[in-house]
Amino acid sequence: MSIPAFGDSLITYLIIAALLFGIGFYGLVHRRTLIGMLIAGELILAGASINFMAFNRFLAPDPTVGQIFTLFIMGIAAAEAAIALSIIIAVYRNYRTIDTDDVAELKG
Amino acid sequence: MVPLFSAEGLSSLIFIFIVMTTVLGAVIATHSERLIRAVTGLAICFIGVAGLYYYLHSPFVALMEMLIYVGAVCVTIVFAVMLADPNPTGGVLKKSIFTGPLSFGLGIMLFWGLSALAGKTAWVAPAGRVNDGSLEEVGRALLTNYSMAFELISLVLLLAIIGALVLARGGRTRAGGES
Repeated sequence: MSIPAFGDSLITYLIIAALLFGIGFYGLVHRRTLIGMLIAGELILAGASINFMAFNRFLAPDPTVGQIFTLFIMGIAAAEAAIALSIIIAVYRNYRTIDTDDVAELKG
Repeated sequence: MVPLFSAEGLSSLIFIFIVMTTVLGAVIATHSERLIRAVTGLAICFIGVAGLYYYLHSPFVALMEMLIYVGAVCVTIVFAVMLADPNPTGGVLKKSIFTGPLSFGLGIMLFWGLSALAGKTAWVAPAGRVNDGSLEEVGRALLTNYSMAFELISLVLLLAIIGALVLARGGRTRAGGES
């Protein structure tokens, strides 16, 4: 019995990253609440991070650059999640809902 | 191809398991009706992503993924769900006849396009490596080449903390005046 060594080829990681990006985009369009959209956005960021790490492992002459970029993505994503969640809580306090169809005061 | 009952074969088997964990978590995160289950799916997906980072020879980034995403971001989202989820049973997905199939088609097209692009490109491997990408090298690069960005991101995090406090406190009155 034999099994292909998937973990050692660049294309495997690129396909996984593309799959996460596609799923995240689908969730971003499909979800109706702000928290659901935030979760889908985190999936998109995870796909981008996997791409950076795969290129870092297989193609980069300096294999620290991708790791540092991924660490920065994590820091920015943590800050973004904190700000977005506090905005969501403020919206909930004012409107009593986090449904994107109901929070439409600026809609023309 | 490697034989199944060897170190490389078992590692490939675990790799397939990790990929399945990632994809399953992502599907749960976008498809569950209740938001708390979506957050759980997101945590499962991030555990799988940490495993992928481990297979990419970066155990430090895998550890940070577990610590920051699973440990901090998911828990914060859980708190937000507990504070601001008025409709815990269902009604989370759009019911329009267009958004469902349309968004699914858009996601499939994005996935297919990116995968085809990745498959058709002739990637060129580097002629040599300037270092081995270990944690020591990462730390050295972070404090020499990227020290400016490193300091700026601490500023961004500080501003995010203060901004989150200001935003979440606004509108609240003293001594239980609201309610």
